[in-house]
Parts: sequence; C-alpha cells; structure tokens
Amino acid sequence: MIEVRNLAKHFGRFSALRNLNLTVSDGDFISLFGKNGAGKTTLLRILAGLSRPSSGELYIKPSRQAPSRFIRGRIGYLSHDTSLYMDLTALENLRFYARLMDVPANAPALSERMKQVGLSGRERDPVRSFSRGMQQRLAIARAFLHDPDILLLDEPFTGLDSSGGDFFKDYLASARAGGKTCIMAIHDFRLGYEIADRLVVINGGTIALDIPKSSLNYEQFHEKLKHLLA
Amino acid sequence: MYKIWAIFRKDLIIEFRTKDSLTSMLFFGIVVLVIFNFALGSLHETIRSAVPGVLWVAFTFSGTLGLNRLFAAEKENGCLQGLLMIPADRGAIYLGKMLASFIFMLIAEAVIFIIGLVLFNLTVWAEIPYLLLVFVIGTLGFSAVGTLLSAIAVNTRLREVLLPLMLFPVILPILISAVEATDIILNAADYRALKLPLTIMTAFTILFGTISCLLFERVLEE
Repeated sequence: MIEVRNLAKHFGRFSALRNLNLTVSDGDFISLFGKNGAGKTTLLRILAGLSRPSSGELYIKPSRQAPSRFIRGRIGYLSHDTSLYMDLTALENLRFYARLMDVPANAPALSERMKQVGLSGRERDPVRSFSRGMQQRLAIARAFLHDPDILLLDEPFTGLDSSGGDFFKDYLASARAGGKTCIMAIHDFRLGYEIADRLVVINGGTIALDIPKSSLNYEQFHEKLKHLLA
Repeated sequence: MYKIWAIFRKDLIIEFRTKDSLTSMLFFGIVVLVIFNFALGSLHETIRSAVPGVLWVAFTFSGTLGLNRLFAAEKENGCLQGLLMIPADRGAIYLGKMLASFIFMLIAEAVIFIIGLVLFNLTVWAEIPYLLLVFVIGTLGFSAVGTLLSAIAVNTRLREVLLPLMLFPVILPILISAVEATDIILNAADYRALKLPLTIMTAFTILFGTISCLLFERVLEE
C-alpha cells in the first residue's frame, strides 16, 4: 500500500504539488491525468524516491518512511527517458542493470527478456542504432528486469508503434492479473481509461478527481475531464 | 561491492569505446607540458625544480576535463535516474564513479608523466616508486572531491565553468602537498621530509572521501 499525506513540492516559488493526498491499495491500477505541468511527473518521481518532497509524508508499506533502498528494489520506474547507455549494446545495458538489481545477468536469461519485448536478434547491437520505439521496448525490459511489485509509469507509450503499444498493453494486463500495483501518467484519455481501474486527475498540483473506472463510462469521463482541465 | 565494480566496469567499457574523456585529457595535459617546455627551455640547470609544479598543473587541468565528462553519459537519456533506482546505498554510485575517474586520471597522468620526462630530459628511475605513491594519493584525493562536485555541476547550465570554480579551492591542500612531495622526491635527498605532505594528502583524501560519500545522496536528489 502507498499512502501520501499533505505532499508538497516547491521549485523555488513554483509549487508543483500542494497538499496532495492519495492512498493506493495493493493491486490498484491507476491512470493519472492532467495538463502539462500539473504535477504528474513530480508525484511519480517522489514516489520513486528520485525527488525529495518539500513537505508531507509518504509511506510505502511495509516501510514507514520515504522510499529506501529496500523499497526501491520493489519499484519499476519507466519514464520518457529510457535510462539506456547509447554506447553499450542492448545486452550490455540489460546485464549492467541486472547486476545492479540483483537479478540473474546471464546471457540466456537476458536474451529471453529481449525476446519478450520483441528485440530478439538485436542483443549485440549498440542502443545508438535503435529507433526510438526499439529503445522504449528495451527501456521496458530494463525497468521491469527485477519483476517489481509497484510500477510507476510516466508516459510509457512514448515512441511505441502500434505493435509496441499492443505488446505493452498486454504486459500491463498480465501485470494487473499478477496483482501488481500501477500508477501511470498518461495523456491519451482513451488509452488511460482502457487500462486503468481507477482514474485520478491532478490539476494545479493537487488531486482534482479520484474515482473508480466503473463509476463513469468513457464518454462521461471524457466530458468531466475536459471540464476539469479547461 | 560488486555494484561499485559494475558501475566502474560500465564506465571503463564506454570510455574505451568512445575515448571521449581520455583523448581530451591527454591532449590538454600534453599541450600544457609543451607550453611550459618552451617557457622554461632556458633554465637547463634549474628545470628539475620547476617540474613538480608543471606536472601537477598538467594533471589538474586534464583531470578537470575528465571530471567534466564523468556524469555526461549519465545525463544522456536520464541514465542517472536508472542508477538512482537501484536497491543499494547510493554511496555505491559515488564509489563506482570515483574509481572510474581515478583510473582515467592515472592513465592520463602516466602518459603525461612519460612525455614530461622526455620533454624536460629527466632521469627518475630510482624515484619512480615514491612518485607513484604521491601520484596515487594525490589523484585519489582529487577524484574523491571531484566526483561529488562533478555530480553537483552536471545539473547546472554553466557546468564547465562551475566545476573548476568549486573544485580548485577545495583541493588546494592536496595539490600543494602533492607539489611539495613531488619536489622533495625530485630535488631533495632526504625522503623523511615526505612524511608531512603525505600525511596531509592522506588525511584530506580520507576526510573529503568520507564527506563526499555521505553527501552524494543529497546531491543527486532533487
């Protein structure tokens, strides 16, 4: 379970988050909507332990404190930055992160990961030679190498073509079936609605709407979202 | 420990593949030596007393160039956030990067030193073990401070300017002691005088290294 209480984050005089409260139960699949600069990325970065809140409290159970190194091992964070080294090959990138994540770093296991994201046969190619979509596929393999319980996704469909998008939707469906918790910032309303079971809207650094998907059909939700973000 | 090694190994592979840092470090260090060789060319008798300062100027400037590049690969594609997500103490990232910086500097120093010997026409076979000790401790101290300051500077717009501005005042005690120790080795017969500069260098290296390792996590988080 993730619990966020009165969270605030200030960058100089700009407040990215203001008194934000959010409780996420195990197995929740949340789509996070909001305009650019609403605070979605800031919230995800704080949850991932990449950014320190200016004030407020954050608990990721069983820990009673902000994300520690033990909690970080349970989190998979994927953003529009791929976190891949362009001058290493795909396999070298995965091997490097596997070693850091304490997971098997042998070539067959990593080649299997490459196969899962549709990059079989490209193991020894430098990432620099990959298209943006291929890099994003590899970034997905990298972020979830350690089979995390909590997925924090910031625009994860960026750069993926339709087959890549379908693959990632399937991946998320199996993650949901496996009881994983997911918070995903997304701009595509329909896709976000389709994937999630809970819809959260951030506006001006605070939660403007937090409802289960079952409470509104897509058209109703779209109308409400347009009104909230207007 | 193996995480530190993995980070170091990754930096080594990238450097030997791209040669981004070492090329500029070596080029700059050699240019400094050549300039001093022309400037001090007439001082045949006393050139040996100028060499310690010349060598450490070349080491320091080339090392600063290397430090400027140390976190460049981590900034590209947000690799730093990938490192920050690892389930380990973030001091491991610091130690891995420091080790990489230390080794790159030692490689550059070895080449610069050999070219310096040729340019200044020096013979130092007997002094090499002592010089090696001074170079290793001095470089370790330089890398210990430089790695932390490089991580601070990489997030700023004026990183190339900011790094030396922050670095040089902090490493001054190590640099002065390193020049003094090198001077004792090359120009004085009594090696017992090495004790004081080596003690100062070692103390500052341990102090700076410990503080930098502890501060590293705070520096990397927004």
